[in-house]
Amino acid sequence: MFSELNSILNTSPESFKQGEFILVSDRQNDASFLIHHFLSFYLRAGCKVCFLGFVQSFSHYSAVSQRLGVSLTQAREKGQLVFLEGLKESLVVLLRGEPEVSKRSPSVDFLRDPGSGLRGLYNFVQSSVRGSEGGGADWGPPVLLVDDLSVLLSLGVSVVDMLDFSHYCRATVCSELQGGMVMLVRCEAEEEEEDSDEDSERLLRGLTHQCSLTLQVQGLPTGYCRDIHGQVEVCWRSRCDGLQNQKKLFQYKVYDKGTSFFARGTSSAVL
Amino acid sequence: MAAPIRSMGKPTGDRLSCNTTSFQKRSRSKLVSIPGTRPSVQNGQLIVSTGVTSLDYVIGGGLAVGTLLLIEEDCYDSYSRMLFKYFLAEGVVCGHELYVASAQDLPDDILQELPSPILDDVASPKPVESQTKSCDPDSQDAMKIAWRYQNMPKVQMALASSSRFGHYYDVSKTMDPEIRQAAKCHGFYLPEHSSTLTSLSPSATGQSPMSEAYSSLLNHIQEVIHREGFDGSVPQTKSRNILRIGLHSLGSALWGDDLCCSDNPDNGHALTTFLYGLRALLRSSLSVAMVTMPSHLIQNRSLMTRVTRLCDTAIALESFRGSDKETIPLYKDYHGLLNVRQVPYLNCLVSDLPDNKDLAFKLKRKQFTIERLHLPPDLSETVSRVAHGGLAGAAVLGSSGCGSGTASNKHLDF
Repeated sequence: MFSELNSILNTSPESFKQGEFILVSDRQNDASFLIHHFLSFYLRAGCKVCFLGFVQSFSHYSAVSQRLGVSLTQAREKGQLVFLEGLKESLVVLLRGEPEVSKRSPSVDFLRDPGSGLRGLYNFVQSSVRGSEGGGADWGPPVLLVDDLSVLLSLGVSVVDMLDFSHYCRATVCSELQGGMVMLVRCEAEEEEEDSDEDSERLLRGLTHQCSLTLQVQGLPTGYCRDIHGQVEVCWRSRCDGLQNQKKLFQYKVYDKGTSFFARGTSSAVL
Repeated sequence: MAAPIRSMGKPTGDRLSCNTTSFQKRSRSKLVSIPGTRPSVQNGQLIVSTGVTSLDYVIGGGLAVGTLLLIEEDCYDSYSRMLFKYFLAEGVVCGHELYVASAQDLPDDILQELPSPILDDVASPKPVESQTKSCDPDSQDAMKIAWRYQNMPKVQMALASSSRFGHYYDVSKTMDPEIRQAAKCHGFYLPEHSSTLTSLSPSATGQSPMSEAYSSLLNHIQEVIHREGFDGSVPQTKSRNILRIGLHSLGSALWGDDLCCSDNPDNGHALTTFLYGLRALLRSSLSVAMVTMPSHLIQNRSLMTRVTRLCDTAIALESFRGSDKETIPLYKDYHGLLNVRQVPYLNCLVSDLPDNKDLAFKLKRKQFTIERLHLPPDLSETVSRVAHGGLAGAAVLGSSGCGSGTASNKHLDF
């Protein structure tokens, strides 16, 4: 959890806005550090967390969270965290000699038949966030975290299916259960080349339309620098009051156990 | 100062070697039980060498076990093929098991071309060093030119970390067959396996987003990993070892992929799905993989970025051969440029970022090295005359020429 980011977003684990859909995107840079932030943030807040990790193994997330002061293994044992390890689940499907139909996990059904969409994945999310109601220990509002929705593009899922998926999740998690949602999308091409990669751009545009807060991580426009890792554009979308969207731009540097955010040009390396 | 060293030159050499061995003992803890591996300085991850010491340095010490290195091939696949062979040769010397897959050459043919290791160098590097040290005072007594600089550290041209890791190879010779045959190697040659492919029922793979070639490769790798006990889940009685997987020219037309031929390939997800599966396999086993891809043939740039994202480390080679960059004087000492596209984030928030991204490679007579790209000293007459004209100009030139090697060498930075 990065306290500087909390003060920028004006939230804290004790009091955070419910029903928010936060979209984290990156372009020519890596925004995965923000996913780790939100994971530790919501676990500290006592939320029921459902994490769909498609890019890394559980041990990776666990090791990073350990540094940020949260134990994923404990949270998982207590039932606070439901973790889908996409790599492991998919490998079973991709290899021949799959287990019997009854033993199959339906969450990665899209690999068996690309046409079937993400219904299985949605059912997984739904059962894990609703499970908290019947369970003994009651956690706070449910939160869905997705580490890299755009990996599914590489696995042959269509953009329409993914937008459907996020819409359904938003309806269930954000609106109905008043929880929260954080999704990471990685864009591939330059912004200028509009037609270069239709899929990831369309996905980003569709999700930007649905979300309430975007965090866009970019590289520095002046090029690579060792002391400033990139810039984040924070954009609040005010839905109801019809005011203009508010935007702020920060530069950041990632450290071993945290990240510092600062206004443009005020890095300690420059001043 | 010089005399005592000279009088007891040999004893100091002995003591030196004693010191180094005792130091090594302490560092060699229980963690390192597999030959050819060591824990990374940054995150404690077990790493292996790529076989090229300067490449290890560039990607942050070495390849972490369980990760995938992507090499984007240069135009004629000559230098990337060399890296591929270095990677396999390092595995042979360290006693790792190998897995070679290719659609073009027989795996055995590739293994026959491995470069020969320079093993004498490894056995006794210390005595040589102490000898040169004792010789140094003589030469200094004889003549002192540029005495102001004698305490400056020697600027090392090739990039290398301070401690020794990996071996050196002589690319002008091929490896001794005896050494080569000691290593256990598994091969996958697509034309041999494709005959069994057609006999399989198409319904099994028909719906899968992977093509048949990739699917059978993935299954074959999994089979080897499982059979030889590289997946950590199975408890093993015998000592652990590393499997080095080398996949040559993935995505080329020979693998049955149309990525290189069309802008909008039909099975654009085949390769990415395979890489996703491979990533999953590697993460759960004691193996490390190197994949080369002819990226210059692939029309769809966004596909290439997607592929890069699925790999952990990605570097691209751009050779000057046949390109007009060959004639640029800046590049005359090098054979090509090396781009580090991606470095992995493993079990930590930060990755090991390089201080300089301008890198070039060259192939010396016996060795492939990566260096920081910098301007050679300009020795032509016209330039020196210009420099004499203005003292200030000369000072600027001098400072940029003799400055420490750590600073960025391009004076255009600011």
